[in-house]
Amino acid sequence: MRTLCVLLEKEFRQFLRNPFLPKMVVIFPLMIMFVIPWVTTMDVRHIGVSVVDNDLTTASRRLIQKIDASDYFTLGSVTKDFGSSLTQIEAGDADVIVEIPDGFERSIAAGAPEKVSITANGVNALKGSLGTQYMVQTVMQTLAELRGEEGLPAAADLVVVENRYNPTLEYRNYMIPALMIMLLIMICGFLPALNLVGEKEKGTIEQINVTPVSRLTFTLAKLIPYWIIGLVVLAFVMLIARAVYGLAPAGSVGAIYLAAVLFILTMSGLGVAIANRSETMQQAMFVMFFFVMIFVLMSGLMTPIESMPAWAQWITRFLPPCYFVEIMRSVYLKGSLIAELWTNYALLGVFAALFNTLTAVTYRKQA
Amino acid sequence: MAARNAIEAEGLTKRYGALTALDGVTFGVARGELFGLIGPDGAGKTTLFRLLTTLINPDGGTASIAGCDIVRDYREIRKRVGYMPGRFSLYPDLSVAENLDFFAALFGVSAEASRDLIAPIYRQIEPFRTRRAGKLSGGMKQKLALCCALIHRPSVLLLDEPTTGVDAVSRSEFWDMLSELKSKGISMLVSTPYMDEARRCDRIALINEAKILGIDTPQGIVSRFDEPIYALSGRDMYGLLLAARRAEGVRECYPFGEAHHLIPDAGFDAAAFARFLAGQGFADAVIRPAEAGIEDVFIKLMHHEQ
Repeated sequence: MRTLCVLLEKEFRQFLRNPFLPKMVVIFPLMIMFVIPWVTTMDVRHIGVSVVDNDLTTASRRLIQKIDASDYFTLGSVTKDFGSSLTQIEAGDADVIVEIPDGFERSIAAGAPEKVSITANGVNALKGSLGTQYMVQTVMQTLAELRGEEGLPAAADLVVVENRYNPTLEYRNYMIPALMIMLLIMICGFLPALNLVGEKEKGTIEQINVTPVSRLTFTLAKLIPYWIIGLVVLAFVMLIARAVYGLAPAGSVGAIYLAAVLFILTMSGLGVAIANRSETMQQAMFVMFFFVMIFVLMSGLMTPIESMPAWAQWITRFLPPCYFVEIMRSVYLKGSLIAELWTNYALLGVFAALFNTLTAVTYRKQA
Repeated sequence: MAARNAIEAEGLTKRYGALTALDGVTFGVARGELFGLIGPDGAGKTTLFRLLTTLINPDGGTASIAGCDIVRDYREIRKRVGYMPGRFSLYPDLSVAENLDFFAALFGVSAEASRDLIAPIYRQIEPFRTRRAGKLSGGMKQKLALCCALIHRPSVLLLDEPTTGVDAVSRSEFWDMLSELKSKGISMLVSTPYMDEARRCDRIALINEAKILGIDTPQGIVSRFDEPIYALSGRDMYGLLLAARRAEGVRECYPFGEAHHLIPDAGFDAAAFARFLAGQGFADAVIRPAEAGIEDVFIKLMHHEQ
């Protein structure tokens, strides 16, 4: 125990003396919390629209105005033939073409409106499909208004949509809990592992290994500082989320911290196992990047697991961050209780035990 | 146990895949002895140290330090042995004093308790107490490393090439320190690639290609060389070497510092040989009897082995 204290004191001293790490631990979370939520948005806005107006009536102008007024669309140009609008898509100036047929206004009055055609650029699949959807809504809404003004019975809204838990479907609220997880992966999983490999590279581990210090004590001394830093940083980013984005956890902070502790144990176990097997920083970094890529792209951090193919979903069951992502989002947005998510907590616990056993096995017997 | 040697190795063997790094090495270091391990790079010196410091396990043979087996009692050995690796292995971002206190604390002693033992060495680096270890000069680093290896008053000190990469004055000072430690009863195993340092050991073992070629006192080793030996020098040293190797009556000729060392067959006439060389166009060649050194023994034993 006394030895552990001596080692911890040395670790903190080295950490604070490092010209780079203390700054990193402050700047990294700030960057993640202040910049990333704004750029990793899946909301599609500013869709370029080119309108082909074959009608040239009040009704068609009304539709064009409506498009222009919308925040989702940027009205590029109004042309007289489809060909020139298509050139604009090819040039990248427009994403969607709306063609208003000749006799549009008359047909509304007649009660059987002519069809408005919508053509979208599918290269950016997300922008194309969402752009088409938004445009359909806009056209339908305008039609309903015009019919109402004509004294015709407005078609009743068939569907009412209400988004629970994230009422405005704010993508940021979905991302921020996930970003916190990224931070914990980096700070608690990889920094201590790199530190361990660093001692190997510098050769200092050689001198430690011939002292009576046990490998377990030495490894714990490497992990504990980063566990502390990780949990402090988590509190720090939760405060930022609250202050800057008005996002406070709907559930209990305790539920978040319990999951965070289990997750941190899992990640640092993995990191140390990698460090035990690596001789150089490069090797350790490369293996870690492999895991980070998989964790970030497959754990539902960015894209929902439900939309992955079945085989990929099967793989995600073996990725510990998946369970933590679900806990974070459920507790943060829905206010779920530990009792409701107990399987996730249990599985995180299993992973923590498993990864740390793996770490123990990869210890060299004596060293 | 008291009668036992400080270090005892019996048939110690270590393999790395197809490569045999140590092949049946047997030797003993008496208590209070300064024992040198002399051999070129790649001879297996560092592997031997890693075995003795319990960092790796042997594939065959046994060894014990202060009566403790290197496999079974490795925990005990780590308390009793001081080790100075060939590469500087202290924390470069901690200061001199911090490194010393840190290693003292790891062994559960205070730096003050060993002050009398390390004082003669520590005095020389004390002015740089607050300087980071990474910013010390090569000689200073060695002194600090020696202090750290001594901090827990080990009975056996293992030093792997402590003077490699250190200037001649610091090297000599370092050996003075080792002699002083010897007078305090510490047994030492020191490896070095420098033959001239071998003279400062009580006994030396010549090691090459995983095997020990011979163990003796430095004088004993030199006296093993019971043949005449000549030093050959001239202006065109390389031409001389080739000519001597081609000549009749010359068993061996190899570069040795400023002159070539020449070992003749029986019935060799130095004056006749000088005339022969003059006939070959080496009019300025000088040949005179020389005294064999440890290196000559080493080369002889090495060739004998092959």
